[in-house]
Amino acid sequence: MNKYRADLHIHTLLSPCAGLEMTPKTIADKAKSAGLNIIGITDHNSTRHALLVKKFAEKDGIFTLTGAEVTSKEEVHCLVFFEFPEQLSRFQHFIDENSTRIPNSEEYYGYQPVIDEDENVLEMVPFYLPAALKVGIETIQKQVDALNGLFIPAHIDRSVNGILSQLGFIPPSLKYDALGLSKHGSEKHVLKQYVIENKTTFIRNSDAHYPEQIGEIYSLFNMEELSFSEIKKALNQEDNRYCELP
Amino acid sequence: MKVSELVKKYGLKVFAGEQGLNNKISGGYVSDLLSDVMGNAAENEVWITLQTHQNVMAIASLKDLAAVILVKGFEPDEDTLERSREEGIPLLGTNTGTFEMAGKLYVELKQG
Repeated sequence: MNKYRADLHIHTLLSPCAGLEMTPKTIADKAKSAGLNIIGITDHNSTRHALLVKKFAEKDGIFTLTGAEVTSKEEVHCLVFFEFPEQLSRFQHFIDENSTRIPNSEEYYGYQPVIDEDENVLEMVPFYLPAALKVGIETIQKQVDALNGLFIPAHIDRSVNGILSQLGFIPPSLKYDALGLSKHGSEKHVLKQYVIENKTTFIRNSDAHYPEQIGEIYSLFNMEELSFSEIKKALNQEDNRYCELP
Repeated sequence: MKVSELVKKYGLKVFAGEQGLNNKISGGYVSDLLSDVMGNAAENEVWITLQTHQNVMAIASLKDLAAVILVKGFEPDEDTLERSREEGIPLLGTNTGTFEMAGKLYVELKQG
């Protein structure tokens, strides 16, 4: 069994709240220098930069989970990841069908550029990406499941946009692969306050919006090799694979 | 004031939980953060919210609330309806916004 360092919550410059220096190449370079083996690309309600980051990161030998940070109707943030471009694009379609289109005020929220490999701006997304989708968390989870993806409620211990603040407790019927803690959150603290299902995996990520934050916070994955299915197993504590918080 | 009187006076829609229409109302609480309601709502209050998730009814039951009013014409999710039936807590609806609904309830309870 090997140990892999993972930071699964990284924004690119497409997210309005992220720095414009968060280009796919910079993210890949920083992930490498931070010693990460696995990164997750999670822009707010958009998958559009994920494959581009993967292209750069793979050259550096970094395994990339392609996905998004989705905002549910209840304003719960959830990380979702897909193994293949086909599933990723189908999920993007699901987002497009259910998005709330509020014009993005760039001076206030920040820029939302989509760029290409050579860092040419292809488009400025005109509506505010983090706005809540029109569908609830269960509907999103089922869609992710149907596309064989990973579903991880993000920073569950945060006072806003976490599942516990928004919904008071985790609905017993909700399925998930793991729960994300906030940057400095502790598993102990959450377990003291809330009833969480046994055998739940907690992970902690940087939620990086600027290059220097990448890999600052990470989780360790104990598994055989770098692959989507091994990561899924580690999150679900199957076949002796598991995750740990350093 | 009883929940049934509130329903009649303001033309509220009753989605489910008719069993609880005789509940007495002691006050109101307004919040869309369910964790906040869990911590701060009091027994026999009417909760005004735009959240339609099933946890709303679980929390209404936990806190022994008199009723829940969904604003802006929002419809409850199917499992939320079911939960309202099970718990016997009225799940009501209005087309007005939170501000208007809370204002009406406030005036009503202040006079009563």
